Amino acid sequence: MTEFLQHIVNGVSVGTIYALIALGYTMVYGVLKLINFAHGDVYMVGAFCGFYLSNALGADKDPSLTKALVVFVLSMIICGVLGVVIERFAYRPLRQRQRLTALITAIGVSLLLEYGFQLPSIKALGFPFPPGPTPRFFPQPFTTIEFDLSGVHLSNYDVVSFLLAVGLMLMLQYIVYRTRFGTSMRAVSFDSQIAGLMGINVNRVISGTFFLGSSLAAAAAILYAGSRPKIDPLMGLMLGVKAFVAAVFGGIGNVPGAMVGGLALGLAEEFVSGYTVSSYRDGIAFALLIVVLLVRPAGLFGTFRPEKV
Amino acid sequence: MDTSTPSAGPLRTLGLAGRSVTPLAVTFVITLIAYTLLQRAHADYPSIVLTVAGINIIMAVSLNVVNGFTGQFSLGHAGFMAIGAYTAAKIMLGLHHSQIVGLSPFISDQIFFFFALVCGMVTAAVAGLLVGMPSLRLRGDYLAIVTLGFNEIIRVIIENTPFLGQATGLSGLPRITTLVWVYMGVVATVMAARRLAESTHGRALLAIREDEVAAEAMGVDTTGYKVRAFVIASAFAGLAGGLLVHQIQLCTPRSFTFIRSIEVVAMVVLGGMGSVTGSILAALILSVGVEILRSVQEFRMVVYSLLLIVLMLTRPAGIFGTRELWDLLPRPFGRRRASPAGGTP
Amino acid sequence: MRFVRLVALAAVTVVAASCQSKQEAPPAPAAAPAAAAPAESPAPAAAPASDKILIGHVASMTGEQATFGSSTDNGIKLALDEANKAGGINGKQLEVKTLDDQGKPEEAATAATRLITQDHVAVLLGEVASSRSLAMAPIADSNQVPMISPTSTNPRVTKDGDKTRPYVFRVCFIDPFQGTVMAKFAFETKKIKNVAIFRDIGNDYSVGLANFFAAKFKELGGKIVTDESYKAGDQDFKSQLTSIKNKHPQAIYVPGYYTDVALIARQARELGIKVPLMGGDGWDSSKLYEIAQGALDGSYFSNHYTDEDPSPVIQGFVAKYKAAYGSVPDALAVLGYDAANVAIDAMKRAKDLTGPSIRDAIEQTKGFKGVSGEITLDADHNAVKSAVVLGIEKNAAHYATTINP
Repeated sequence: MTEFLQHIVNGVSVGTIYALIALGYTMVYGVLKLINFAHGDVYMVGAFCGFYLSNALGADKDPSLTKALVVFVLSMIICGVLGVVIERFAYRPLRQRQRLTALITAIGVSLLLEYGFQLPSIKALGFPFPPGPTPRFFPQPFTTIEFDLSGVHLSNYDVVSFLLAVGLMLMLQYIVYRTRFGTSMRAVSFDSQIAGLMGINVNRVISGTFFLGSSLAAAAAILYAGSRPKIDPLMGLMLGVKAFVAAVFGGIGNVPGAMVGGLALGLAEEFVSGYTVSSYRDGIAFALLIVVLLVRPAGLFGTFRPEKV
Repeated sequence: MDTSTPSAGPLRTLGLAGRSVTPLAVTFVITLIAYTLLQRAHADYPSIVLTVAGINIIMAVSLNVVNGFTGQFSLGHAGFMAIGAYTAAKIMLGLHHSQIVGLSPFISDQIFFFFALVCGMVTAAVAGLLVGMPSLRLRGDYLAIVTLGFNEIIRVIIENTPFLGQATGLSGLPRITTLVWVYMGVVATVMAARRLAESTHGRALLAIREDEVAAEAMGVDTTGYKVRAFVIASAFAGLAGGLLVHQIQLCTPRSFTFIRSIEVVAMVVLGGMGSVTGSILAALILSVGVEILRSVQEFRMVVYSLLLIVLMLTRPAGIFGTRELWDLLPRPFGRRRASPAGGTP
Repeated sequence: MRFVRLVALAAVTVVAASCQSKQEAPPAPAAAPAAAAPAESPAPAAAPASDKILIGHVASMTGEQATFGSSTDNGIKLALDEANKAGGINGKQLEVKTLDDQGKPEEAATAATRLITQDHVAVLLGEVASSRSLAMAPIADSNQVPMISPTSTNPRVTKDGDKTRPYVFRVCFIDPFQGTVMAKFAFETKKIKNVAIFRDIGNDYSVGLANFFAAKFKELGGKIVTDESYKAGDQDFKSQLTSIKNKHPQAIYVPGYYTDVALIARQARELGIKVPLMGGDGWDSSKLYEIAQGALDGSYFSNHYTDEDPSPVIQGFVAKYKAAYGSVPDALAVLGYDAANVAIDAMKRAKDLTGPSIRDAIEQTKGFKGVSGEITLDADHNAVKSAVVLGIEKNAAHYATTINP
C-alpha cells in the first residue's frame, strides 16, 4: 500500500511539472495553431536563468527565502521576455504563410537554443555563458526537509512545488476566464481574423500569450531543478515532447485539459514504470500520444472542430 | 502505368527496361573507375566523405517524396533507416560464414549484400506501412509529432531487445559498402523519385500537397496515396540504413536518433521541398560542409539551426523551390512535363 | 510478368541451395571479409618523414561526459610534455592531435579515419567509451595503425568474436573482471546477499558491466532481487527506486556514469533508501560529489587507481598533474597518461616507426611501470591489473581495498 501511495506522490510531483509546461504549449497552439517546438527549450533557459541568478546572489552559500523568491520571479520575467522575442522575430513574419514553414522555424529555434547553450563559454563575460554541455549543479534555494508519513516519503520541496504549481494554474485560470485579456485570448484562438476586426490588438494578445506560457515554463523549471538539481542544455528536449503529449491528451487549446493531461501523464509514467518494465518509460508518452490521436484526436476535453473549406 | 510523355531522341528507342538499366549501368562503370582511382591514390578520407554524402542524398531524396511531393511533414525518417540497417546487418552477420558454391567469396559477398539490402528495404517498407496507415490521417503538425514519436519508439524497442544488440548494437559487420554500391543506390533512388513524380501517382501527390480537401473532393484517395508515398520513402531510407552500417561497421541505435531525422529535414528544406535536384545538392553541400567545418564542429548544429530559421524567414522555397535541373536540360535527356501547380509554400 | 517472377524465384532458389560454408581464405592483415576485396590494399600508413611524431587522440570533448574526454586529454598531454623534455624519441618531438567525436560512434569512426589517412598519426589513442572504441577498432586494424584505449572496458573492443584484433590494445582491465571485483567485494567483504541492479539501458558499458556483475554474484551464491533500468539524461528515477525499495535489497548496483548516479543517489535517499550503492569506474569524476552532496556516503565503486595510494609513483604523478592543471587527477587522466607512455615506450623499442613495428613492440609490453599499476599485455591485448575499491565518506572517495585478478 505504501508503495502505491509513494507512486502517487511521485507521479503527482512530476505531473505538475508536465502540466505547467503543457499550459504553454496549449495556449500558444490555441492562438496561433502552432506547435511551439522551442517551448521545452525555454524551460531549459528558465532553469539556467535560475542557476545564474542564484549564483550571482550567492544563494548556494547562503540560502534564504527572499533570495529564492527573487530568483523565481526574475527567471519567470526573463523567460517571458524570451518567449516574446522568439515570437516577434521567428514566428510573426510567418503568420501568413503555410503552417509547415512556421513549424520548421520552431524546430530551428529549438535547436538553436539547445546547441547554442552547448557552445564553449565566452571567456570575456566573467561567468560561464554559454554553459556548455556538461551538466551543472543547481543551487538549492532552501534546505531539504524530509517527511515520512507512515512509509511514504515526501520532502518540503514536493509540497512547495505542488502548492506553487496549483497556485499558478489557478492564477492562469483566473486570467483566462475572468479578465479582458483572457477573453481576447480566447477570441483570438477561436478566430483571429474576426477578433482583429472586432478591435482586438491580435499582435499584443499573441505576445502576451507567449509571455504567460514562457514564464510558466520558467516557474516549472525552477521548481523541478530545486529538487532534482542537475541541469544541462538538453534537459528540455524530452520533457518538452512529453508535455506536448500531455497537452494533446487533455485537448490541445484547452487550459484545464492541459493540467489534467499533465497529471495523467505523470501518473501513467510512474505506474507503468514502477510496476512493469522500467526501460520502456520514455515510450509510454509516445504510445499514449498515438493512442489518443487515433482514438480521440480532440483529446479529453477538446472539441472536435470540423475543417471548413 | 507509364503515362509520362515520351521524349524524342535516342533514349526512346531503348524501351522501358532499357531506360531503367542504362543509367544504372553507366553509373556502375563511372563509379567503379572513380573508386579504383581513389583506392590507388590511398585517398581513404575523400572516399568516406563521398560515401557518407551519397547516403545522405538517398535519405534526402526519399524524404522529399513525403515532405516535398506530398507536403506531409515526417520527422521520423531515421527510424526507417534503423529498421533497414538492422535487417541488413542481421542478414550479413548470419551469412558471414557462408558462400555460394562455385563463386569466389568476394562475388558471393556482393550478392549477399544485395539480398540484405533488398530485405532491409522490404522491412523498412512494411514498417512504413504500419506507421503510415494510422498516422497519415492526421494533419501536418500532428504528423510531425507522431512520426517523431515512432522514431523514438523504434529506438526504445531496439535498446530493449537483446536480439538486436540493445544499446551496444551489432558490431563486426563486414565493410562491404563502397562508392559503387552507394551511388548505384543514389541513382536508383533518384530514378524512382523522378519516375514517381512524373506518373499519375505523382500528380495525385502534388494535388494532395496543394490542397488536400480539393483533391479529396476530386476523388483522389488521399490517405491511400499518402501511405504509398510514405512506404516508398521508407523503403529507400532502409536502403540508406543498410549502406550506412556496413560503412561504419557498427549498428547502434545512437546512429538513428531524431537528430538525424532533423538533419535530413534540413537538407530537404534547404534544397527546396519538391525538388529532387535540390535535395541532392543540399545533401552534398551539408555533408561536405560538415567535414570542412570539422575544426569548429561544436558550431555545426548551431549553424544548422540558424540555416533553418533564416531559410524559412527569407526563402522558404529553398534553393531550387520545386524546380528540377532536368527541366532545363535539352530534350534528349530531359522530359518535358506540364509544369505542376507548384507554388511556393 | 509471370515469366519474370518465375525466373526470379528460380534464381533465388538456386542461390539459396548453393550456399555453403565460406572457404577459409588465407587471413590477410586487412579487415574481413579477407578474400580478394580489391578495396583493402594493405599498404601501411607511411611513416611521416618529418621531425615530429604525431599521435592521434579521439575523445568526446563535448557532450554529456565531457570530463572523461578532457581528463584523458590532459593525461596524454602531460605524458607527451615529459617525453619531449627528455629528448623525444630518437630526437623527434611528439605532438598530439585531438579530435572531438561528440560522444557519437560514427563520428569517432570518421575522426579516426581522418587522423590516420590525413594526418598520418603513428599511434591512435582512444576512446574512453567502449561503444566508440568499437567503432574505431576496425579502422585501426584495416589501416595497420596501433590503437590503445585508455579506459574502454568492454571485452569486444580487443576481441572480434574469437579473434583478437591485431592492432587494438588497452591499458585497463575489462568488464568481466570489473563486475567480478564488485561482486566479490559485496558478497565476501561486505557480506551482502541481496542486491538490486539499476542499469543504464542506453549505455553498452553499463549493460555489459551489470551482466558480468550479476553472473558472478549469482555464482557466489547471492541473489539479484530486481533489475531495473533508466536512460542516461533522465531526471526522475523515483518510480524505479520506489519499486527497488519495495524489494528490500541490501545494496543497489548502479554501474552508470557519474552524471546520473549522483541524482540517483539523492533521490534514493529522499525516498528513504538507506542501503549503500555500488558502481564502477564510470563514477569517477569530481562532478559526482558536487551533485551528490553527501548522498553517496557509505557507497563503493571499483576504479583503476586511487590518489590516496602513498606509493611514490602515484603521489609523484598527482603532484605533477596538480601543478599543470590545478586539480587532482581522476582515473581517466591517469590512464590517458599511461596509455600515452606505453605508446612512447613501444615506439622507443620498435625497429622503426611503421605501424606493424610499433604494434609488435606494444604487444611485447611486459611489466611496464605505469601510474595505474604494472601493465602487462596478455594475449588478448588487455592489461592484467588489479582494481581498487573506493568508499565514499564525507562526500569524498577513500581507498577501501584492492582486489587482484
